[in-house]
Amino acid sequence: MRVTVRLFARLRDIAGTPEMSREVKPGATIGAVWRDLAVEFPALAAYERSISAALNADYARMDAEVRDGDEIGFLPPVSGG
Amino acid sequence: MPVPLLAVGPEPLVLEALVAALTGHADGRDGAVVTFLGLVRNHNLGRRVQYLEYEAYAPLALTTFARIVDEARGRWPGVRVGLHHRTGRLDVGEASVAIVAASPHRGDAYAACRYAIERVKQIAPIWKREYFDGGDVWIEGATADPDDARAREEAERVACA
Repeated sequence: MRVTVRLFARLRDIAGTPEMSREVKPGATIGAVWRDLAVEFPALAAYERSISAALNADYARMDAEVRDGDEIGFLPPVSGG
Repeated sequence: MPVPLLAVGPEPLVLEALVAALTGHADGRDGAVVTFLGLVRNHNLGRRVQYLEYEAYAPLALTTFARIVDEARGRWPGVRVGLHHRTGRLDVGEASVAIVAASPHRGDAYAACRYAIERVKQIAPIWKREYFDGGDVWIEGATADPDDARAREEAERVACA
């Protein structure tokens, strides 16, 4: 199954793209998607403890399971205002 | 077109329009309207700021704004809050965020307005990139976790100080 991954701010700069499609195994969690991404883009690994995750544009935990077609967002520490 | 109470996007902020949107249908119960405008400052951490670029995860930002407003209404019943955040390039002196709180009493309106900006800084999926004399840097503040009770208590504490 496939999911869409969206990256923001410095995470987007590191990966060089705001959005990508990735193949994931059935039963995969958001955390598993992140770990694959950090292998692909090693500079992302430094954000392991400070990112937030979103599932279909709602905040979600890293242990949430993903489904085919889901949109997963990874968010570095925020700085609005 | 009517002005929405919650918005995120590149259009310049118009505080008066947000005030009108929030108070236009008021039934006379309001006794106070408190407004906040966040501006791009010309200095930060010893750097001379040229301009900022804001980026948002817009759909999540809107649901987060709605969450913040719900939290404020739960804490200060009777309060209504409008919240607009701008994205894109903003020059020094331009407004990045506008918040309006209306309430029967001024104390609740002040508190809810302050609470809302503190929560925006804690949990809104928005980022600013600072362009300064000599370079640029993404500003990274809080790890966004809407369920973090300690962060929420801190925002309430600041709002009521």
